[in-house]
Amino acid sequence: MKIALIGNPNCGKTTLFNKLTGSTAHVGNWPGVTVEKREGLYKGLKKRTAEKIEIVDLPGIYSLSPYTPEEVVSRNFMIDEHPDLVINIVDATNLERNLYLTTQVLEADVPVMVALNMMDMVEKSGDRIDVAVLEKNLGVPVMPISALKGTGVDKMMERAISDCKPRKGVTVISDALSAEVAATLDFYESAEVSSPLFHAVKLLENDEIELQRKGAKELLEKIASDKDLEAAVVDERYKHIVSRLAVAKVKGKRDNMTKSDKIDKVLTHRVWALPIFAIILFAIFHVTFSEDFLYIGAWASLGKGLPALSELGLSEGMETFVGIFYDGAVFSPGVILFNIFDTLFSTIMDAIGGAIATEWLAGLIAEGILGGLFAVLGFLPQILMLFMWFSILEDSGYMARVAFVLDRIFRRFGLSGRSFMPMIMGFGCSVPAMINTRTLADENERTATIRVIPFFSCGAKLPILTAMAGGICAFFGVGNADLITYGMYALGVCAAVVCVLLMRNTTMKGEIPPFIMELPAYHRPQFKNLMLHLWDKTKHFVKKAFTIIFASTVIIWLFSHLNWSWHYLPDENMNDSILASIGKFIQPLFTPLGFGSQLNTYGWVFAVAALTGLIAKENVIATFGTLGACLIAMGANVGGVTGAELLGDEEGIISSVAMITATGISIPALISFIAFNMLTIPCFAACATAKGELRKGTFKWTLLFWVASSYVTSTAVYTIGAWWWTLFIWLAAVAAVVTLIVLTNKGKVKWRRRKTEQAESVQ
Amino acid sequence: MEKKLSEFTVGDEGTVKSVSGEGRIRRRLFDMGITPDAKIVMRKLAPLGDPMEVTVRGYELTLRKTEADCVIMTVAD
Repeated sequence: MKIALIGNPNCGKTTLFNKLTGSTAHVGNWPGVTVEKREGLYKGLKKRTAEKIEIVDLPGIYSLSPYTPEEVVSRNFMIDEHPDLVINIVDATNLERNLYLTTQVLEADVPVMVALNMMDMVEKSGDRIDVAVLEKNLGVPVMPISALKGTGVDKMMERAISDCKPRKGVTVISDALSAEVAATLDFYESAEVSSPLFHAVKLLENDEIELQRKGAKELLEKIASDKDLEAAVVDERYKHIVSRLAVAKVKGKRDNMTKSDKIDKVLTHRVWALPIFAIILFAIFHVTFSEDFLYIGAWASLGKGLPALSELGLSEGMETFVGIFYDGAVFSPGVILFNIFDTLFSTIMDAIGGAIATEWLAGLIAEGILGGLFAVLGFLPQILMLFMWFSILEDSGYMARVAFVLDRIFRRFGLSGRSFMPMIMGFGCSVPAMINTRTLADENERTATIRVIPFFSCGAKLPILTAMAGGICAFFGVGNADLITYGMYALGVCAAVVCVLLMRNTTMKGEIPPFIMELPAYHRPQFKNLMLHLWDKTKHFVKKAFTIIFASTVIIWLFSHLNWSWHYLPDENMNDSILASIGKFIQPLFTPLGFGSQLNTYGWVFAVAALTGLIAKENVIATFGTLGACLIAMGANVGGVTGAELLGDEEGIISSVAMITATGISIPALISFIAFNMLTIPCFAACATAKGELRKGTFKWTLLFWVASSYVTSTAVYTIGAWWWTLFIWLAAVAAVVTLIVLTNKGKVKWRRRKTEQAESVQ
Repeated sequence: MEKKLSEFTVGDEGTVKSVSGEGRIRRRLFDMGITPDAKIVMRKLAPLGDPMEVTVRGYELTLRKTEADCVIMTVAD
């Protein structure tokens, strides 16, 4: 038996799905969190039914019109896959709009059951819904439930199994538009399609998909003559809902000002909304990444200052323990978590490293595998913490308000406030962010958003930032590591803005997409939900670490310790390895970026790191860990760092320092290296997702776009950093491009326009 | 009296008279419950003056002024 769940966005569908299947799919308080259909097996009632019951969670939709991919997915599933039952989840607190979809679902020839969700909320607000009246007027079973608390769910499923019989579609518009319905119904019945009534009504609604059928357009023109049938059908639906269905709801006494309104008054305040948002965003990054929590250290340094850890005169064990929380300043919770993992890993490494006697095996395990793996796993706590904050914001309903507040700004760049959500998700991971762009109805907006999502530096790129920034500060003794990190985040956002503007003015012109969105009521984030979501993320991350990254580190180690005749090379002969020759081969490509041929003997490690980053961004730092260990072991001049120190180096700073020393790279080139890794082709997983999400044929242009934008930006960073006067050349080039685009768009430069059109037709 | 929804100020209320606009936007407005005879209360403007938030059919909806331009309202004099 196959049961499909259909309903409005944010009506509790996914919560019900999780309850029924025991799954842990992510639930958010943002319209459209589920963007693809999900399947699972029903867990309850095992004793009574031998048959397997499959549950399909369809994406949330307001209507079955064909304008967004989610609507099409749901519609096709319902009509063509013939589910045994469609459960239409209706948010009882918002009966009128939810029943609008119900009137459309009822037109298909499938068994339907209505689940009245959030009944507990209705009762709490003092309203009452007469389920019997609703059931009688709808003509299908109606069951009151609370998906969150689980009340009524078992009863609903019992009835779903026992009371499920084939039914013919019915429509609420047959009274007012009987002649029109009859004519189109006749057309579809003779074409022998399934659910003819559904298609017949959709054609009257001027539906794009139906109009593609042969003869449909002519028929509609004949029937409609001058009448606005689309408006008439919608009007009939709502008239019916108001007069026959919504009457089942009895209003109780209620304050005009709900709690949600009160919160909203502050958070979307005319003056305070933007500052509040900025403060919340800053607080999130501060709590997760700051090494000076609440700036206690900085405040103290105005006076006498707090003592550094080494000045406290603690015993060795005590110093390790206190070092988790404090070193001249109190660490933020995120950093404390990081340190706990860090200490744990060092202990494990020491134990393992000392226990193996064979030289090459010890090398492979300690440098190759553990070095790379722990460099990556060490970042798990902070990445999870970032995910947690964003989940809380989303779950509470605040993200939708942020879209509302920021829409005006996004419109300047040719996007809508809706694209804010996928972009901010990009700070966590590009893959879910790209999938989330399905909630954007406009194809150009989607493509542009997917392309710039990798510029929002994801969690996996954070290790690159911390390690390189830390390395720069430690080696050159200049700047502030935090400042470099924030600066790079800002560079990514700026690049995104510039690229979106560029695309919307050249290859992806078009109208600004509409912004018509529901603002869900605020509610307290569900603790259990949050934990399940984080657990899912942890599993995903750990799995990735132990598969892709694990394999990559082993391969990198092997290639750096084997020559072309497959003989083992000790660390000091790394320059003759397979990896070295590959690195040297591609090295000249990076010369304009500052980390190519101008570097010393070991300069190829940067080229290799950039290459391994294409598999997973964590690999960049994992590669540094592995190769750095070799450099140190072979006694390259790395400033007195020992192998043991390197093993306990989860932040990767020591290996960066080793790299910097051995290659003689300059500061501008290092920053250019960070910028290149942040903006270039994202990891393998993100590329696969982008390929799946983008229109056919656009992916190769997207790859080119990523390569070009990172190459140009990094070259600019390097040349301006190395020779300040090149700034003027870059400014002139930018001015020239902008002028050209503006002139082209005004139609003054003809040749350029032709070229743009060609590019468009290729895409 | 007739008035466009985009001309509403905070606190204004009225009923929808007709909805115009390009196919997709019009359809979307319909699907979200902005149909003839629906009652709409203007709730607030975003900090930068656009978009606006309205209450329609018992829930909160946000839309831009350009989209609200398509909605012709009847308001009590």
